[in-house]
Amino acid sequence: MNLVFRLAWRNLWRQPRRTWLTTGAMVFSNMLLVFMISLQIGMYGLMIDNTLQAFTGHLQVQAPGYIDDQKMRQTVPDAVPLAESLREEIENVNVAARATAFALVSSEERSYGIAVVGVEPAFEPGVSTIPGLVAEGRFLVDEDAAEIIIGAALARNLRVSLGDELTLLGSGRDGSFAAAVVNIVGIFDSGIADFDRSIAEIPIGLFQDVFYMNGSGHQVVINAGGIDGVAELQVRIESLLPAGQGLVVHDWDALQPGLQQAIKADISSAFFMYGILVILVAFSVLNTQLMSVLERTHEFGIVMSLGLTPGRLGRLVLLETAIMGLLGLVLGAILGGLVTYWFSVNGFAYPGMEELAAKFNLPSRFFPQVSPLTLLLGPAVVFLFTILAALYPALRLHRLHPVEAMRAV
Amino acid sequence: MHMLAILFRLAWRNLWRNHRRTLIMLMAIVLGTWAMIFMTALMRGMVTEVVRDGISALPGHVQVHHPEYRDDPSVANLIPVSDTELSARFSTAGFRQWATRVRVPAVITSEYDSRGVTLLGVDPAYERDLTFVDYDAVSGRFLESASDTGIVIGRKLAETLNTEVGKRIVLMSQDPENDIADRGFRVVGIFDANIQAFEENYVFAGKATTQKMLRIGDQVSEVVVLGDDYRDVEAEFNKTLQLVDGSVVVERWIDLDAYLGTMLGVMDGFVLVWVIVIFLALSFGLVNTLVMAVFERVREIGLMLALGMRPINILGQIIVESLLLLAIGLAIGTALSWASVQPIKDGIDISIVGEGLDMWGMSSVLYPELLLSDVILANVVVLILGFLASLSPAWRAANYEPIEAITKV
Repeated sequence: MNLVFRLAWRNLWRQPRRTWLTTGAMVFSNMLLVFMISLQIGMYGLMIDNTLQAFTGHLQVQAPGYIDDQKMRQTVPDAVPLAESLREEIENVNVAARATAFALVSSEERSYGIAVVGVEPAFEPGVSTIPGLVAEGRFLVDEDAAEIIIGAALARNLRVSLGDELTLLGSGRDGSFAAAVVNIVGIFDSGIADFDRSIAEIPIGLFQDVFYMNGSGHQVVINAGGIDGVAELQVRIESLLPAGQGLVVHDWDALQPGLQQAIKADISSAFFMYGILVILVAFSVLNTQLMSVLERTHEFGIVMSLGLTPGRLGRLVLLETAIMGLLGLVLGAILGGLVTYWFSVNGFAYPGMEELAAKFNLPSRFFPQVSPLTLLLGPAVVFLFTILAALYPALRLHRLHPVEAMRAV
Repeated sequence: MHMLAILFRLAWRNLWRNHRRTLIMLMAIVLGTWAMIFMTALMRGMVTEVVRDGISALPGHVQVHHPEYRDDPSVANLIPVSDTELSARFSTAGFRQWATRVRVPAVITSEYDSRGVTLLGVDPAYERDLTFVDYDAVSGRFLESASDTGIVIGRKLAETLNTEVGKRIVLMSQDPENDIADRGFRVVGIFDANIQAFEENYVFAGKATTQKMLRIGDQVSEVVVLGDDYRDVEAEFNKTLQLVDGSVVVERWIDLDAYLGTMLGVMDGFVLVWVIVIFLALSFGLVNTLVMAVFERVREIGLMLALGMRPINILGQIIVESLLLLAIGLAIGTALSWASVQPIKDGIDISIVGEGLDMWGMSSVLYPELLLSDVILANVVVLILGFLASLSPAWRAANYEPIEAITKV
């Protein structure tokens, strides 16, 4: 074995330029793969976290059908006590009840139709980033106070500021007329004008009074911290729900179907590109190894007539390729890791990405994270294809006849 | 000229001396070219869809608004010039299509539920190609005139409101004095859109009816102009500027939607990056092939030099060889990518990831778009870079010392 290895090593360096060029192709694509995969995985994680933590949460308890229709009548009875009991039963998760209605919000000068959300002031910060985005004033405090927080864009459009009064007009759960006068105690700014213009929050107690909810809500939102273990949590919560009310638990994929699929779409197009890259490298390796076998026909003829079997020769060729592939893998992973590390410190940005990123709840600079997975996934696949590419030249040796081969120039 | 013919013939024959190597390299180039162009066509198709849908949501390539309208899209920010006057000016300017609209936020209420929507007061005669609604596909009917008293809403909204064609709903908005402006409408049509958000957010009513309801006389919110090609709207933009004064702002769609605008720019950059990455992956193999080709022929090259062939011609021959190889590969690859676009020209259904694409603002049928400019870009970039990559091996070949080269084993 030692001898075969030494042979393979020496054979590789007979044509150092060729070997380096082939290895170079591997190193190039490995670097690219390491960087791109690190970037992607980091991006998806951020995308999921930012989107879910903003408002949706990882799981929601709802009335059946609410997810599609979002009608006022599709309620979760005793939402606040239910949230309370879930909080007590399950550790390390944030739970809060919500209720949602569409209402016309009017200032002295203007009116806008928006979603008014009733939230639990004490627990909402655990399931949404909105309380943390309050730029002026404060978040809600009292469960029943006639208070509201609105977005900065809406405040601008309604021509109101902190301390002003707003009138809410809408229809209650039973379809009757619902109205309230509330005080603006806080203004939040998410940076996305459309979002800021579309939503306002009031205490859930007040909401239940105004919209005749009779103690019910529309969702109980659960923030599990991350997406790991959400499935088990879902099963557990389902078992804790009061029987006979037909309540359902939706996971984040059902709540935000676009999210998972946007990621899938992105993954599939990215993998198409990676595939092309890997195949191109494989062609490069095939070319090199075939050439190196063909130019040694004479030599192979001699060693075969001395008794070396085609199988062993084939293994020699494969070993040469494996050494080259390993070189490409190690160098590619190291260089790719270094490049990625540099970007993980300094951040990566692409011209024009800011606007695109904002659409997906992403920051405008990415910080790709190096992990063993991202470091080795791409290079390992390249290595595999390298070996596959060398199979043809290696198997070709079986067709070699020593005498004819020796005559070859 | 004669010399070039000889060089060409030499290069051609040299290529096929080692047909296996040439074929492998050719396959790599073909695959690379195919991937470059096909993938670009898919991406272009995607972006075009996003932009087209985006424009159809806005809609209009060039738009005229009150300066404050964008930050505060309400009834308070109407165009100060009357609709009659605007119509007189725009109808004589020779635009392909234009329309004036009332566009304000409103709350729509059925006996079951209410929602916030964008109310579009339109004159159906002017809107046929301007909106995302296909008049003929509306269940029920679309509006018939500007003073039609019916309303057309989206399928999803109709489900949420539990309403249908023939039933009544109430629209609530405000007039310029901030008094509630409301009116009952009969639902006369329900439209389907390829983007669910459109079905939820937009309702269409007659322009004159809407003006009466909002008590705004003869005023409108916006003028929209449609050009021939969304990529180039400068002509329409300049013409529109001539028609209005400083009391309004004229904007192109790229100014109105930063996301869509940058998307196009990012796409152009991405195509170039993708082409270059593929080329780099190819270049290692290309240089390798050339280096080998030169290396095998050292004696021959020495002989030619000794016989009086000038080094520049040796250089030329190697470069011609490389360009020939690239040109054949590019031709086949381009043809192949054209052929693979043909069967999916009428759109491929990618609805497996459909909702995810919704989030990007695109529908689930993808129409690949093979642009001549992209094909040319890919071909030219590969030829130029290929030329540069073959310089080094060619240079080396041209600078052999004849005696040394001939005696080399």
